[in-house]
This record gives sequence, C-alpha cells and structure tokens, in this order.
Amino acid sequence: MEPLRTIESRTVVLPSANIDTDQIIPARFLKVTDKQGLGKALFADWRYDGEGKPRPDFVLNRPEAAGAKVLVAGDNFGCGSSREHAPWALVDAGFRAVISTKIADIFRNNALKNGLVPVVVDAATHARLLAEPGAAVRIDVEAQTLRLPEGAEARFPLDAFSRYCLLNGVDELGFLLSQRPAIDAFESRR
Amino acid sequence: MSPRTLFEKVWDAHVVRPETAETPAVLYIDLHLVHEVTSPQAFSVLREQRLPVRRSDRTVATMDHSTPTLPRRADGTLPWADAQAEAQVSKLARNCQEFGVELHALGSSTQGIVHVVGPELGLTQPGMTVVCGDSHTATHGAFGALAFGIGTSEVGHVLATQCLLQRKPKTLAVRVEGALGPGVTAKDLVLAIIAKLGVGGGTGHVIEYLGPAIRALSMEARMTLCNMSIEAGARAGMVAPDEVTFAWLKGRPRAPRGEAWEKAVAAWRQLPSDEGARYDREVAIDASAIAPMITWGTNPGMAIPVTGTVPAPAEADAADRATLESALRYMGLTPGKPILGQPIDVVFIGSCTNSRIEDLRAAAAVMKGRKVKVRSLVVPGSVEVKKQAEAEGLDRVFREAGAEWREAGCSMCIAMNGDRIERGQYCVSTSNRNFEGRQGAGGRTLLASPATAAAAAVAGAVADPRQMGAA
Ligand code: SF4
Repeated sequence: MEPLRTIESRTVVLPSANIDTDQIIPARFLKVTDKQGLGKALFADWRYDGEGKPRPDFVLNRPEAAGAKVLVAGDNFGCGSSREHAPWALVDAGFRAVISTKIADIFRNNALKNGLVPVVVDAATHARLLAEPGAAVRIDVEAQTLRLPEGAEARFPLDAFSRYCLLNGVDELGFLLSQRPAIDAFESRR
Repeated sequence: MSPRTLFEKVWDAHVVRPETAETPAVLYIDLHLVHEVTSPQAFSVLREQRLPVRRSDRTVATMDHSTPTLPRRADGTLPWADAQAEAQVSKLARNCQEFGVELHALGSSTQGIVHVVGPELGLTQPGMTVVCGDSHTATHGAFGALAFGIGTSEVGHVLATQCLLQRKPKTLAVRVEGALGPGVTAKDLVLAIIAKLGVGGGTGHVIEYLGPAIRALSMEARMTLCNMSIEAGARAGMVAPDEVTFAWLKGRPRAPRGEAWEKAVAAWRQLPSDEGARYDREVAIDASAIAPMITWGTNPGMAIPVTGTVPAPAEADAADRATLESALRYMGLTPGKPILGQPIDVVFIGSCTNSRIEDLRAAAAVMKGRKVKVRSLVVPGSVEVKKQAEAEGLDRVFREAGAEWREAGCSMCIAMNGDRIERGQYCVSTSNRNFEGRQGAGGRTLLASPATAAAAAVAGAVADPRQMGAA
C-alpha cells in the first residue's frame, strides 16, 4: 500500500441513505479471482441501463465526476455484505475517501486495508457537503481533518493504528506476522 | 471479578495481546470457514509471501455461492452459470489442495451453504471465535460463539496467523419478553427487531439476544435470528448456550465425545452472562405483539406485518422521505395500500437464513395438498438437509405442489449461480437481503418467513400464513 497523507479533490455526491454493498458492486461481478479492474463494475446497476449503456444523468457518468477522489454518500454507507470487492471497486475507480455520517463496520475495516479513508462527519457538515456537489475539499489523514471550501474544518475519528498504517503504507499482515511468538505462546497455553 | 457478559467471556478467552491506545487487540480465531467468492485473493497473498496456512486444522472450506442447484446434465457436465463461476469454484479446490485445507466440495455428502454446514458438522461450538469472509457468519452466534464476517484481506490474516486485529466492539442486549404467537417465527422476530433498530442501529455492537422468547427457540430458529444481526448493522449476534444447544450438538460428527463432551459441556455452562453484567445499550421487545412480517422496501429494516399497509412517505420526516420514496419507486408499490394480496411472480425458499430442516417443514406444512400459483424454488441449505427432507417426504410435498426441488447452495439469495428473478418481478424470499437487484438486476424482493413464503406461493400473492394453517 502507498502511504497516504492528504487527499485534495472535488466531491462526488450520492445522497441516498443506506447505500449497500450490492449497489456498490452487484454480486454478479464477484466471480473474479483477482482484485484488478473492478472500477468498471462500481455502482453498475445505477450507472448503466438494462442494455449496459451509461445513464447520462447518473453522477459518476457526468464529466465533472472525472478524476474525483472523494465520494460523499447519504447516511449509513456500506451496509450489507463483507465483499472487499466494494472498496476494491471504489479504489480502482480513483476514490481515496468516502464521507458519510455513519459507515458500516465491515466496509470500514475493508476500506482501511485498501487505502480508502472512511470519513465520518457530524450531521451539519454532512448536510453542507450534500448540498454542495463538486465542493473542493482537503482531507488530512495525520491531523484527521476535513477542510471545506471556505476553510471550515471538521475532525473525523480514526483509530491510531489505522492512521499509522495509512500514513506509512503499512500492511496489517506484517504486524500480525511479527506477533508470532505471542501467538505460539497463546496456543501452547490453551 | 466483576460480572461479565457472554460476549466478554468469549472475547477475554481469545485475547493473544490486549488492545492499547496505539494498537488493536490480537484476537485468536478458533474456526475459519472459507468459500469460493471471498478467498481467492487471500490465497494469492499467501502464495506471493510464501506463507503456509498456519492452522489448516482450524480451517474448513465449502462451495456454495456460485454452485449450480440443478443436477448434472445427461452428459455428466454441471449447469454452471458461466465459465467464471466454474473457474472460481475450481480455484477454491486447487487452493485447498495446495494449502492442505479441508474442503467439502460440490458433489460430496457434506457440501452446502457455509453457515449451514459448519453447525451441522458440529464444527461450531459454544465459546468459540468463528470467522468467515461472509457477513452472515453471525449465524454461528446461535451457539454462544463470537462469530463475525471479515473481508478478504482479513481472510488472508487468519489463514496466515490464525489471528485478527480487532478493537473491542460495544454490547447491545436485545431482550425479548413474552412468547411468539402461532405462525410467527424467528424470521418474523428478527425482521421486527431490525425494523426497530434500523439497518445501521447495531453498528459497532455485538448483540446478545436474551429473554424467555429466546430460550423457547430451537437451534434452527436461533440461527435464523443471529444470521440477520448484520442486517441491523451489528458485528455479531449471540445467544447463550443452554440444554437446547447441547442436545442439538451432541453426537454431531465434529462435536467432542465421551469424557471430552462432559468436560466441554461443563465449560460451556459457564458462558452465559453473569447476573448484573452490564451492556452498553439495551432494548426490549414484546414477542407476543409480533405478527408474521414482510418487507416492502429495499433494505431489511423496511418491514411491516403482513396485515399492514405500505408506508406513505408523506407521514415520514424530511430526512426519511427521500429514502422511502426511492424505495417505493423501485418496488413499484402504492403507499397506504395493504400489502396483503400484492401479486407476486416468484417464491424462493432457501438461503443461510431459512434453509434448514425446520424451515422446510414449515413451508411444506403450508404447501401440503395445495398447488403453487407462481414459480417456486425450494433450495435446501446442505446435502444433509436435502437427505433429511427427502427421508421425511418433504420433497414430494413440494413437487406435488408444483415447486422446484433443487440441490444445496446459496442460489437465488445472491443470484450468482444462474438462479435469479427477472427485471421488475416480485419475489417473496426467505433470504436476508432485499437490496436493489440482489436476486437479479431490477428484481424486487419481499423478505418473509418460510411459512409466509409458502403461503404466497399458494396464493400467487402476499398472504397471511396463519390463514393457511401455519403453526
Ligand atoms: S445464502 Fe445468501 S447470505 Fe447466505 S452465505 Fe449464501 S449468499 Fe450469503
């Protein structure tokens, strides 16, 4: 994983509440055995019509969404399945952060392991972001802050370990492997 | 020691290294279940880093999501949905062979949905930590295990180290007083609980289900209940083990035997929450007030009694209105109209929520001597369940009613194996998710119990199972 310190981008806004993992990436795209190239399946059933043609009115298909790294979603983002294909698809499509008022546990865990920052903000900040699609924001992982266009700042929670891993591009597996002596001891104790 | 909850006891017994401000806890995993969809990329990481599976004796795989539920063709080939599905399943077989992982492969007598097979084999036991790359791992909490879903990166962590990095979740007690009425099941109870908590209401929490109505549930019913904890956003759901649990487990192929059994039961009896143990949150619900439930919308929290009416967005507050309107638009339902009598196109009885023997018995009791009016699929959760159902003659009941009796697997719950509904169709389903397109792009799902689904199949419309003699 590449170290990730700051993200500067215009936002893309998907205001629906409870966007579930089946919307982020429908199950028929889960038959792959690697992680690459899932970006094209991102929000597939919202992005394309029954014939597979892009729906011009869907935000991700609009020219202003090109290059966006920050997704602002309605309340409670990422509920449902444990498919890590959801953050893989978001990252493959260029996203580095998702902002909502609540982010589902498994999705959050999966996101953090793939350099996608889950940013949980208060209702007022959220309402502002929803009302202002395309706002230029800056996310500082170290300071745990989200800066809005006129310089207002909101803080977001981030577990110290996850923050360390993001900032240094550290993979959790390496840390767990370094715990082998403790794991050996635990196993022989039981 | 101060009084502890069931969750705390299981958690404490598996801490390899306690959490600190800087690092999460290192939590030991007793049982790791694996299936074809969420594991290939994890095995690839092991291969790249030249790591073995640390405890292949604690790792068990089955094939379920992408597997066909139609029998072999005359030429001996299986009716795969597509080449990708077949490739994913054979990849699992190769990975299991290469890494020495026990596999309950397609065609074996122990294959089935991962959350049906684990308990059935007696692999899932009270007090264990159980994980799987699947959010419905919460099912195993019915045994008083701490069981939760993980992503593929974490599948790799457990394969390589038998451990996970975890922050301790909060606890939520759901107390269910009273008793469920006739024709009202664990599925109805859990839909009522999710409707009360909301689909994000359990986020960050492990639920413990308590109270007389829970004690009265069978193991199958407890599995249905715990299975859907994730639909309220909870990490896990748990029910303390008791005599019902022990009786169900005894004699299962992988359960302890003889003296080891006695010792295990003695230890399991220590697991229930201590008197005075504290939870971070508590909610109470009256079982006797619950009717058979059905969902009308696009998440499992959008549930009403079958005798209820489709909600009207106008009555909701502004924040909820948009969500309600978009769900109603997708579902094509009229606000304010009774849901009873809503015509449907398909019925699906199956999934890790409701594909066990009791579920099939409940559906058969309603279908017996009647005919189904719509396409109806009955998919047992495992080969074992299928055998048992056939021994009881349930397959005949379904076939004579005009329903399709299939091979074990996830099937139309997730529509990866070719079993799916068509755009615009309504399906009353005993599965766990009514998300847009879950059962096929553009399909509309109404979640309900096996009895309610069977009643809908017979009526060709949403129906009240109590009017058809469901007990
Ligand atoms: S039956 Fe459905 S919910 Fe259960 S494991 Fe299979 S796909 Fe997942």
